[in-house]
Amino acid sequence: MSVRVVRAEFTKLRSVPSTAWSLATAVVLVVAFAAMYSTLRVTRPPADPAAFDATAVALAGVSLAQIAVGVLGVLLVTGEYATGLIRTSVTAVPTRLPLLWGKSVAFGLVTAAVAVPAVVGAFFVGQSVLRREHLDVAFGAPGVARAVLGGALYLVGVGLLGLALGALLRNTAGAVSALFGMLFALQMVAGMLPESISDDINKYLPAPAGLAVTYVDHDRYSLGPWAGFGVFCLYVGVLLGLAAWRLRRRDV
Amino acid sequence: MPPPAPLTRGRGPGTVEHMIQVRGLTKRYGGKAAVDDLTFTVRPGVVTGFLGPNGAGKSTTMRLILGLEGATSGTATVNGRPYREHTAPLREAGALLEARAVHPGRSAFHHLLALAQTAGIGTERVHEIIDAVGLRDVARKPAKRFSLGMSQRLGIATALLGDPRTIILDEPLNGLDTEGIRWVRQLLRDLAAEGRTVFVSSHLMSEMALTAERLVVIGRGKLIADTGTAEFIARAARNVARVRTSEPERLAALLTGPDVEVQSNDGALSVAGLTTDQIGVIAARAQITLWELAAERASLEDAFMDLTRDAVEYSAGGAR
Repeated sequence: MSVRVVRAEFTKLRSVPSTAWSLATAVVLVVAFAAMYSTLRVTRPPADPAAFDATAVALAGVSLAQIAVGVLGVLLVTGEYATGLIRTSVTAVPTRLPLLWGKSVAFGLVTAAVAVPAVVGAFFVGQSVLRREHLDVAFGAPGVARAVLGGALYLVGVGLLGLALGALLRNTAGAVSALFGMLFALQMVAGMLPESISDDINKYLPAPAGLAVTYVDHDRYSLGPWAGFGVFCLYVGVLLGLAAWRLRRRDV
Repeated sequence: MPPPAPLTRGRGPGTVEHMIQVRGLTKRYGGKAAVDDLTFTVRPGVVTGFLGPNGAGKSTTMRLILGLEGATSGTATVNGRPYREHTAPLREAGALLEARAVHPGRSAFHHLLALAQTAGIGTERVHEIIDAVGLRDVARKPAKRFSLGMSQRLGIATALLGDPRTIILDEPLNGLDTEGIRWVRQLLRDLAAEGRTVFVSSHLMSEMALTAERLVVIGRGKLIADTGTAEFIARAARNVARVRTSEPERLAALLTGPDVEVQSNDGALSVAGLTTDQIGVIAARAQITLWELAAERASLEDAFMDLTRDAVEYSAGGAR
């Protein structure tokens, strides 16, 4: 039953141009930004090469690509509400919840399939540029592979976050605002607090927590890679749960 | 236009369980009842029209039947159980709720394919139904380029995709040209003749008079009539004769009887309750000169408006 719904959701995903455009934008942002930022760092080499993080430079585009992926996640759901297609979908799957799970699985797999090559490509593009000043790092160095693939994991998580917010709020403008609020505004609000408090709060906010998995080393300003990603998954899971509750209980 | 292809994969005649049963169905938004204690049954084998002015609660009732909305009280069952409890819902009931409910960037083919996949229906059936509704040439074009008529055809394809025993269509004739309307009418009759339960809404009495054998009429969410179309028309439409004469007052005084009603306007008389033959005889006996004597059938639309007038939510005159 649910496998059928995943297939159907996959068909829906691949049959609208906006999916390809959004994901292509995400790939271009990740790879192009790696090339640009690496070039910039090569022309202005760091004072202390030992403290230079070549992986972070190559993954800088992930923070931009998350916008494209997150907004696509929102649109996948709110588009159905805006057109009324949701009623046809629910007529076909009256138990409703398989629709949300099917969409999450299909979108998660598609995002992963695009994001993994993108971050790996960005890493190698970045290192090939940094090599000129011997600032590059090997993929096999401790923590590097995890950080690079973590960038893809984070993008999948942001996509599902957008999907959950879309299903919860059923409205494109509201869900996109909520997504940006969670990913960007919360840090700004935390930044206004006294430094001693904001440093402790900040690392538990969705974006800093989720991005911890993309850092090779972590310091007192960030959680450990998997602890941070776990906190991020908790946010996504809670919102998906709320979305499921609303889908199940409310009229469509 | 549409090449000959099977719309349905003929099933046996419907049994008594193949019907829509609505019992005491009520839906309130805030304190306001959109659907108010509706009880009716839609049986297989005939086209049942669901008639009412815009805003009467037809679409809400259909969404309640399909489990898209939860009822405040009462029940609605499709083929013996609430729609949400069916394990193969697309084979039990197919619905067209909004013709434009398609992603504008998605093609008709992929729209139907995704729906088919949720029910394990194969690609051949998708092609078959696309041919049957006459959309073969445009099936790969994005739906935003569809006219309303093409969207209605796609909506009908959506409803028939699972070869369902019960078909629920909300205003399927909207936006169709004459040929399209004829096609839908014939299609509905054919589906009913195969023993399916066919429930079709419209706000136009004249459309339903030609399409449906039975009528469920509602206004302001309440049931007004649940009857055969012929009976409904006979009861609602009264025959009126138009008479012009040199002596309207004298003739009016002679036209009496239990159900006779005479109205005078611009020197002509409108007479209800007497045939033109009877009026002619009365006038001849009194030696009154008639200039004109003609039967006027009250239009179905007028009769429908009369019946639902009290039940119309928003009338053109403003607040009631």
